[in-house]
Amino acid sequence: MLSIFTLAFKLLVNDRAKFAALIVGLTFSVFLMVQMISMFDGILQRASSTVLNTGAAMWVMDPAVTTVANSIPMPDYVLDAVRSINGVKYAVPFYSGAALVKLADGTYQSVNVIGLDDASLFGRLPLVAGRMEDIYSDNAFIVVRDAEYDKLERPAIGTVFEINDHRSVVVGLAKAPVSGLFGIPTLYTIYTRALVYIPNARFTLSYVLVEPKSVDQIPRIQAEVARLGYRALTAKEFVRHITQFYVYKTGLGTNILIMTVISFLVGLSISGQTFYTFILENLERFGALKAIGAKARDLIQVILFQALLTSLTGYGLGLGLCASLIALAKVRLPDYSSTITYTNLILAFVMVLVIAGISSYVGIRKVIQLEPFDIFRG
Amino acid sequence: MAQPAVQAREIVKWFGEGPTRTDAIRGVSLEAYFGEVLYIVGPSGSGKTTLLSILSGILRPSGGTVVVHGREIWRLDDDELAEFRLRTLGFVFQDYHLFPRLTTAENVAIPLILRRRPWAEALEAALRFLKIVGLENRADLPPIKLSGGEQQRVAIARAIVAEPDILIFDEPTASLDGETGRRIVEFIRTQILSASRCIVIVTHDARIAEFADRTITMEDGRITGIAGRVPRAQ
Repeated sequence: MLSIFTLAFKLLVNDRAKFAALIVGLTFSVFLMVQMISMFDGILQRASSTVLNTGAAMWVMDPAVTTVANSIPMPDYVLDAVRSINGVKYAVPFYSGAALVKLADGTYQSVNVIGLDDASLFGRLPLVAGRMEDIYSDNAFIVVRDAEYDKLERPAIGTVFEINDHRSVVVGLAKAPVSGLFGIPTLYTIYTRALVYIPNARFTLSYVLVEPKSVDQIPRIQAEVARLGYRALTAKEFVRHITQFYVYKTGLGTNILIMTVISFLVGLSISGQTFYTFILENLERFGALKAIGAKARDLIQVILFQALLTSLTGYGLGLGLCASLIALAKVRLPDYSSTITYTNLILAFVMVLVIAGISSYVGIRKVIQLEPFDIFRG
Repeated sequence: MAQPAVQAREIVKWFGEGPTRTDAIRGVSLEAYFGEVLYIVGPSGSGKTTLLSILSGILRPSGGTVVVHGREIWRLDDDELAEFRLRTLGFVFQDYHLFPRLTTAENVAIPLILRRRPWAEALEAALRFLKIVGLENRADLPPIKLSGGEQQRVAIARAIVAEPDILIFDEPTASLDGETGRRIVEFIRTQILSASRCIVIVTHDARIAEFADRTITMEDGRITGIAGRVPRAQ
């Protein structure tokens, strides 16, 4: 059995020009596919950065909320009502809003301001500079040192600037696991100060962060919150909710899907055409093999092996190229968002298998239909 | 008298149906014996290649029977026919049909590889048979680097490497100059033929007529003459 695969291997790789064309085509296709879906995943992850960075188990919100950034303020009684639900271990208020920072040179920079519960500071980020308790001092803010940090002119502890015409002082620098999507810096402060610094409508509560007593209590909490006319989502559900919004309610998902399909078609056309030419050029020899005594399944094995070998090689190279470029881009471009997930790998692998399947199907069909008698007819 | 290797009875073959029907073979019966070189000659379109294909289990006849080793081969299904060709026949095609991307030795080893013999073992056998055809020093070269006569000998080595009982040659001298063609057929006659092997050669090359035991002449799908004698059993 192995010798026929050795034969298939030699027939394939000894035709260096075609083998190279197949590998380059597949590598390029895999690179594009993985790059596209990884970029999309990176964008989606950033869209949920606040949820991921805060680490709350459950989020209570207005049912019309689509993303964290587009919070719809709720009345304060919602916090008390949630706290009174049986099964809630604790619940804290959470503020998310936009403000303008006036920089030292007089220019303005939009920022995202997060207001943490005054008592617990639940959802705070680990500090890389400063002390957390300083957040309670007058006008104190903590700046997140992420990809957008430079936009605030790299403030240090003690830096003073104006937020919505209020004096504010940087008392700490925090590290966020995931940067935001919209390219604006993030500042943290306590909840009550956030309400003072940022103009508000009648209601002020952006979200209620909830810790259930146990996982079993989650459905009950969700039902009770729904009876109040609001929605409670686990962090995972909230991330999925945000993802679905970007995928289905904006053009983002469609555009990335189109690009991915184009990459797939590029790979399919290059490898399919090259593979078909390869089969056509060897058609007489395949006919000779049939005349000598090769069975249809022998030839199918040869073609499938060749298609699979080129596809897997192209997959490996494409993936390696993509991972290397993403790693390089992340070093050079802090804003670059791209994440290779296992789902991406599996998706690209399935697409490559489809390319291999279609390419080999065309060749197999041709070879199966070939009559060995044609060899004698010349 | 030698034993018959192939017995064909009342072979008919037509292509197409109705007004487009073309009769290629019109009731041909013949035997080919072990130990003989049998020529099938005739002008282009006489049906000799079609007959060869039917005798070798490649083209299904419209009627008649072909018996090889006591088995009616056209009762076999496609896989059994392929197995029959692999185990019993050796082919040398007019254009050789050697794989240009494989070495000479690898080309020769193909019938053994199709028999699922290990790669190293098949190559070892191929080298042995390349030595028989005098090309052991060309084993690692691709066929494209060989002359026409050498390529023909590689094709012969490929045909005999699995030691088949019956060898089928389709126009073996068509692509060769006169002298090389003669040398090749002489080589087939003196080195490849044995008492337990039957060689059937389709040709229209009169220059090699002397190497046949018998010559069947075909015209318009029929046998119009048989010359020569069946060799005695050895």
